[in-house]
Amino acid sequence: MVRRAAAALALLAAAALAGCGGGGPAAGRIRVATEAAYPPFESRAEDGTLEGFDIDIVRAAARESGLEAEFVDQPFDGILPGLQQGKYEAAVSAMTITAERSAVVDFTDPYYDAGQVIAVRAGEKGIRTAADLKGRTVAVQRGTTGQAAAEKAGAAVRTFDAIDPAFLELLAGRADAVVNDEPTTLLYRRDHPGIEIAGPPFTEERYGIAVRKGSADLLAKLNAGLAKIRASGEYARIRARWIEGAGR
Amino acid sequence: LSGATLGSLLEGLALSLLLWACSLVLALALGLAVALGRRSPRAWVRVPATVYVEVVRGVPLLVLVLWIYFGLLSDVLGRLGIPLHWFPASVLAFGLCYAAFVGETYRAGIESVDPGQSEAARALGLDEAATMRRVVLPQAVRNILPALGNEAISLFKDTSLASVIAVEELMHRGRAAAARDFRTMETFTVVALLYLAVTLVLSLVQRRLERRLGGAHLDPRRR
Repeated sequence: MVRRAAAALALLAAAALAGCGGGGPAAGRIRVATEAAYPPFESRAEDGTLEGFDIDIVRAAARESGLEAEFVDQPFDGILPGLQQGKYEAAVSAMTITAERSAVVDFTDPYYDAGQVIAVRAGEKGIRTAADLKGRTVAVQRGTTGQAAAEKAGAAVRTFDAIDPAFLELLAGRADAVVNDEPTTLLYRRDHPGIEIAGPPFTEERYGIAVRKGSADLLAKLNAGLAKIRASGEYARIRARWIEGAGR
Repeated sequence: LSGATLGSLLEGLALSLLLWACSLVLALALGLAVALGRRSPRAWVRVPATVYVEVVRGVPLLVLVLWIYFGLLSDVLGRLGIPLHWFPASVLAFGLCYAAFVGETYRAGIESVDPGQSEAARALGLDEAATMRRVVLPQAVRNILPALGNEAISLFKDTSLASVIAVEELMHRGRAAAARDFRTMETFTVVALLYLAVTLVLSLVQRRLERRLGGAHLDPRRR
């Protein structure tokens, strides 16, 4: 009896493991990783579904090339390692194309241009430009270009898993500033009047869709899809829906 | 891994150890109070102690960390103009959580001591406090050393949760390094080995303590 139960358990465990293994995607589908905590680019709707500018752009661009995109929610600092290990075929997460990232994955043509801004508590007078961040405490999200910019400015950087706790750190008075992409910061400020944006964007961030090195075919399909939705006006519609006016 | 990364991980490990030591002291002290409280004949002591154990034990430590650092306490202190620093916040979260578990372990230890022992002590003229301190607790602690060692080791690993509030302990340093140079596998392997090295040392210390306090009858080789 015990032996039979043990055998059944082993079988169950094996089935569960096989289920987790995943393997490749079904034909015509691509799995796309995103960190769904970064509106207006990617976030969860109230019913739990993923939504945002990046989601619509990738869905539309993939569809133009006959692919169906399904999204995988993943912490930001785990997105590229997971992509390298083949847990999904692509990643879209308001991710700036940088030399460091391009060394480990390939990027599509840029699909959005943003810039970093400095968020401070309302009434803060001492921080206006990136140079003012030197020696100050700055909260950022781990692995972002915001972290890189704050480190470059000589700030004492505190890194969080997501952007939301970084803003909470600022509001709690434990950090003097948050360095982050402008559209998301604008949206956060709309809901939190205790936050102000100091000065205009001070970096240029070009977002790309990441694919594993050597995925030339997928890269070509996504680039073709991006070009088609730009030409058809769908890109402009998606942009109008998610970005224009968001938080302003 | 580069020497600089390894150095950064070791710095993180030092902070992990400091967090662990402070939290452990808090948990051991508060845990004793909780255990004695739960055994109190007075309801106004017993009920809060019981509620404390049930509530704190039932909330994930991660939630407790976030709740203390970003929640009510931080809010109240912030309004008073005193930002809640990450160090006391994490020690408080770990200490409060482990006090509930350690408290139950103490209680098990106290109840494992034959009631005849305290009856005898009382008959010899010791008062209630002295009976607990001089007769019951020394035997109780000896009985629960393996369980306390378990909790101390578990607490050390759980200090990694402080990484979510940007405390630069070992786990945080590891995640920072992995996010910087994308050498995820190597980085987390080294992080795991560092945690393991410390917990093995802790196990060794525990065994020494058991042998010193535990008397020969607990040593399997001298049975």
